[in-house]
Amino acid sequence: MSLDVRLPIGGFFSLLGLLLTGYGWATLGAPGASPTGLPIDLVWGVALFVFGVAMLGLARRARKPSKERLHK
Amino acid sequence: MTTLGWVDYAVMLLYFVFVLGIGAALRRYVRTSEDFFLSGRSIPAWVTGLAFISANLGAQEVIGMGASGAKYGIATSHFYWIGAIPAMVFIGLFMMPFYYGSRARSVPEYLKLRFDEKTRALNAVSFAIMTVFSSGISLYAMGKLLHLLLGWSFDLSIFVAAGVVLAYIFLGGLTSAIYNEVLQFFLIVLGFAPLVFLGLRAVGGWSGLVARLADHATANGFAPGAYTRSWAFMGHASTNPVGVEWFGLVMGLGFVLSFGYWCTDFLVVQRAMAANSMTAARRTPLIAAFPKMLFPFLVILPGMLALVVSPTSGVRAAAPAVSSTSPTSITSGAPSAGIVPPKLDPRTGAPLRDAAGGVVLDYDLATPMMLLHFFPAGLLGLGLTALLASFMSGMAGNVTAFNTVWTYDLYQSYVRPGAPDTHYLAMGRFATVAGVAISIAAAYVAASFNNIMDFLQLVFAFVNAPLFATFALGMFWKRTTGHAAFTGLVAGTLAAALHHGLSLPAGASVGVKGGYLGVVTTFPSELAQTFWTAIVAWTTCFVVTILVSLVTRPRAPEELRGLVYGLTPKLVDTAVAWFQRPVTLAVVVLVVTVILNAVFF
Repeated sequence: MSLDVRLPIGGFFSLLGLLLTGYGWATLGAPGASPTGLPIDLVWGVALFVFGVAMLGLARRARKPSKERLHK
Repeated sequence: MTTLGWVDYAVMLLYFVFVLGIGAALRRYVRTSEDFFLSGRSIPAWVTGLAFISANLGAQEVIGMGASGAKYGIATSHFYWIGAIPAMVFIGLFMMPFYYGSRARSVPEYLKLRFDEKTRALNAVSFAIMTVFSSGISLYAMGKLLHLLLGWSFDLSIFVAAGVVLAYIFLGGLTSAIYNEVLQFFLIVLGFAPLVFLGLRAVGGWSGLVARLADHATANGFAPGAYTRSWAFMGHASTNPVGVEWFGLVMGLGFVLSFGYWCTDFLVVQRAMAANSMTAARRTPLIAAFPKMLFPFLVILPGMLALVVSPTSGVRAAAPAVSSTSPTSITSGAPSAGIVPPKLDPRTGAPLRDAAGGVVLDYDLATPMMLLHFFPAGLLGLGLTALLASFMSGMAGNVTAFNTVWTYDLYQSYVRPGAPDTHYLAMGRFATVAGVAISIAAAYVAASFNNIMDFLQLVFAFVNAPLFATFALGMFWKRTTGHAAFTGLVAGTLAAALHHGLSLPAGASVGVKGGYLGVVTTFPSELAQTFWTAIVAWTTCFVVTILVSLVTRPRAPEELRGLVYGLTPKLVDTAVAWFQRPVTLAVVVLVVTVILNAVFF
């Protein structure tokens, strides 16, 4: 296909994860930042970043064989 | 009213940049009308599968199922485990070979190939009107919700959302819509998952939720488990909050409505038609069935939790109840259940009360209230963006289905046949602009005349109810004729209108809710009336189609090859590993569905 959909998805969630992680880190301990006692921005930001990077990794892995074919 | 922080706006901006970027990146790959309307039939199954489910994951699903969760409890899962999964398995295994194999470009075009021109025209016209109005109703709901929750301008909200959807479809066509639907799928899942986690954590897990809902159930005159067990109280309509007995549920929802939607609606079928092979097309609804099975935990649980969480347990403890003076702002003061506020009289702003004097709750606000209640700045931006994504994916599904049916089934067939392909590609882009413009106009009609939209949705229901009888007979009985299909559809629609006009849900007044031809029978709930109206429509269409087929001349068998079950060679899936084949996926999906039903029985 023309564009691997995992690239924009991976890019989006990586950046989103970084944004939330950074914001969560900066607001640690601030009032209202930790519902039910959990620094949720920080925790979920890391989870989104890992998901985004995994998608980018899958897209990169899928591109490799076609590059090899091009060099042949 | 809640004020968003810079980080929340940053999340939304990031999302808009990516959805528009996807459209821009795909623009250069759109060279023909088939690229624009059918993605060149080149998309892998996992992508079409997630788009198949995401196009359905509109606002009605996210907001509506949360509302039903608060209103009916875990019985709402019937809309998934009975009302979706069996039909998704059926279309994947048995119907997709005809849709994809016939090379039809749309569902109405399949009807033309199988039956005749008039049956196609009837389906195409009704479908085109329904899609743009559904899209408009969805836009209206979004604008109203964002105004209520955040104080945003109604006009600005709908124009920005519609403008973004228009831009990415205009640029990249169906591929752009599908790619964005996959992004929206992950955004909705990852945006709502922490909400369920935080909600369950606040009430002491599933057992805590069961205990709290038991109190709610007994307070409403039901057995303690009525909100947390899906089948146990379905023996009689009066013993469960849904107000439906098991037969009406299984036949009305599980068979007629479910198969009628999942197996015939071009909005979802179009995603499978974009798949890169027959096997991929068949796997599309089966892959979609896996997340669909688990969606009750994502969209229904927030509604159930909203009913019982303590108003002081979240990050915005003061938010829940609704002002008694202003219908458009959320402050404190009026009675509510959990964090679900009461519904307000639009004229006076006072909470509405039912015939027994109890406060009527605004269940549509259950899920949005959960977002405001539990999510701090940052995550709130993610949750609201996920909500926006659900509105936009539903709208994009409608617009892409509309532009295809308009261009191929109406314009190319009746207005200008035989034009070069570039002309139809340009018409597709024009139809996208027109579809979005009509959706916006419909949103304003909905804002001005709410009853008109209720009426239109009612008419859509009448048109949709008999459809599966026509398709089932057309695909599996070669004797079915075009005259019979057309007559059956018209008779089924009329039967639906007649049944609805002669019946009324308990406590409702005569009008758009029914009884306008005289009240012959009453139903314990609106859902029961809807299910039985569908059963009557389907049965009428089925019987009339068979009877008319028997007295009209069928087409020659050689004309029906690839269109009818008995005249099409059986498919052998050898292209993929055994565990990826449609039959294997179908067995796994059905077994897991049975287990889920048993666990929550």
